[in-house]
Amino acid sequence: MRRWQRAREGGLRGLFFLCALVSIAVTMGIILVLFGESLPFFRHVPFTSFLFERSWAPRTGQEYGILPLVCGTFLIAVLALAVAIPIGLATAIYMSEYAAPVVRQVAKPVFEILAGVPTVVYGYFALTFITPYLLRPLLPSIEVFNALSAAIVVGIMIIPTISSLCDDALRAVPRSLREAGYAVSATKLEVCTRIVLPGAMSGVVAAVLLALARAVGETMVVAIAAGSTPKITANPLVSVQTMAAYIVQVCKGDAPAGTIEYQSIYAVGLTLFAITLAVNVVAQKVMARFREVYE
Amino acid sequence: MATAAQNMVAAGRRPEATQALRLAALVAARGPAAPASTAAEPVIRAERLTIRYGEFAAVREVSLDIAPAQVTAIIGPSGCGKSTLLRAMNRMNDFIERMSVSGKLLYRGGDVYGPAWDPVELRRRIGMVFQRPNPFPKSIYKNVAWGPMINGYRGHLPELVEQALRKAALWEEVKDKLNESALALSGGQQQRLCIARAIAMQPDVLLMDEPCSSLDPIATRHIEDLIDQLKAQYTVVLVTHNMQQAARVSDRTAFLYLGELVEVGETSRMFTTPDNPRTQDYITGRFG
Repeated sequence: MRRWQRAREGGLRGLFFLCALVSIAVTMGIILVLFGESLPFFRHVPFTSFLFERSWAPRTGQEYGILPLVCGTFLIAVLALAVAIPIGLATAIYMSEYAAPVVRQVAKPVFEILAGVPTVVYGYFALTFITPYLLRPLLPSIEVFNALSAAIVVGIMIIPTISSLCDDALRAVPRSLREAGYAVSATKLEVCTRIVLPGAMSGVVAAVLLALARAVGETMVVAIAAGSTPKITANPLVSVQTMAAYIVQVCKGDAPAGTIEYQSIYAVGLTLFAITLAVNVVAQKVMARFREVYE
Repeated sequence: MATAAQNMVAAGRRPEATQALRLAALVAARGPAAPASTAAEPVIRAERLTIRYGEFAAVREVSLDIAPAQVTAIIGPSGCGKSTLLRAMNRMNDFIERMSVSGKLLYRGGDVYGPAWDPVELRRRIGMVFQRPNPFPKSIYKNVAWGPMINGYRGHLPELVEQALRKAALWEEVKDKLNESALALSGGQQQRLCIARAIAMQPDVLLMDEPCSSLDPIATRHIEDLIDQLKAQYTVVLVTHNMQQAARVSDRTAFLYLGELVEVGETSRMFTTPDNPRTQDYITGRFG
């Protein structure tokens, strides 16, 4: 009886271990493929010109400088954060400090719906609503495909990430600290902005970094709404191209396998992976420090 | 007139007799009691005060006067409502869901829960020290200065901070590291910092909610000495589950049981000849 039980325990443990192994193996596989497939690319294009050349024109000029794609990616990501941080943070402060429990119970699921809208819907929402009906009346010079509409929509998309993680961070600030604030005659606003928010700052920073990683990696919205013109610009009213959008373009396009243009998507993918990994690692580090403070 | 302690001894060698003797000795060791100030206008007055959390009445029909420039101790077993009563005095219970108050609670004659007192202004005058030290995660200096700062203090802030830290008997230990984090201090130091933070507001009343419950005996001794000095300037209300502490530092003691005020009176009398048999049972350690 005992022996049978022990065998079953051991068997199950092995099964769980295998399942865990699968996801690690897949991740390792992807990394290996990224590296392996980008090697032939870097045989044709020197690593330095890939990183520092200022033009990306695979079709016309055989130019493979990734800076325009990185620039487009960060133009959209930064503008998206400019939309999402104020709204997301204000939402989190409201939810954790002001909202009655009833409001929380209703609002939380609604935000999860916002997070559940398919990104392709967000994409054509940007192209067919935001640009023609919101932006064009205000900025007549705006192009049909533009960074701004994509950034606004990506911003809306990452609001739940920011608000939900910031909400957790704010609520993790111990009640005793709030009471200490009230006890020295602070108003509710003073307690929120000068005790709770600074106390949750590392959690807020981590939330912003995770949202940044999402915005950098976001694909469908930018592929639809931001255009396909790689350029180094800070002007959000024109068409740009992000790294993810470039990969989509090549994958569904007619670049034959084995050409440099085809191989370039692995180099771009590798770059994108490196950036999001770095942002995620920093975010995890900040989160870990945050936990040390209060637990 | 036989004291409770003597009664105990006469009744036989029961363990609670030693407890009663010890308390009586503590009270006696403090010398003559502070002059009775029942004539003076009370600072805080509760009239048939009832505080409910939802349906549950944590404090029931309590009528109690807090006299000025004295230490009033509120004692009673865990869950008897003593913290609830204390926190009502500066409206620290406001943040608890479904809390409701009936009856009257007056501070300086104005209804604490009426339009007479704005909660923020009330808390400027009635400071509070909590069960566990809860310094802000800021520097030692900022911890003390922050309250006066946000309240528009017009005087010389560093001077105020030094005074408050001196009164809290912490100045000598921290004067060379005012800009270091308050979280680096020991538990006892943190609690004295919290007292300094409350004093810096120049309050009228100081509420202390079991301020020594998380401290070691030496730190406790420090805080008790401090409370003894503070009553010269402030009205102190001290909640404690430690009867020895009440006997050592308070002038008046109120005994709360199951949300009701059982008895209140001079500490020296409460611990020697209480009127109510339940008080006697509690202070002799028969329950609670």
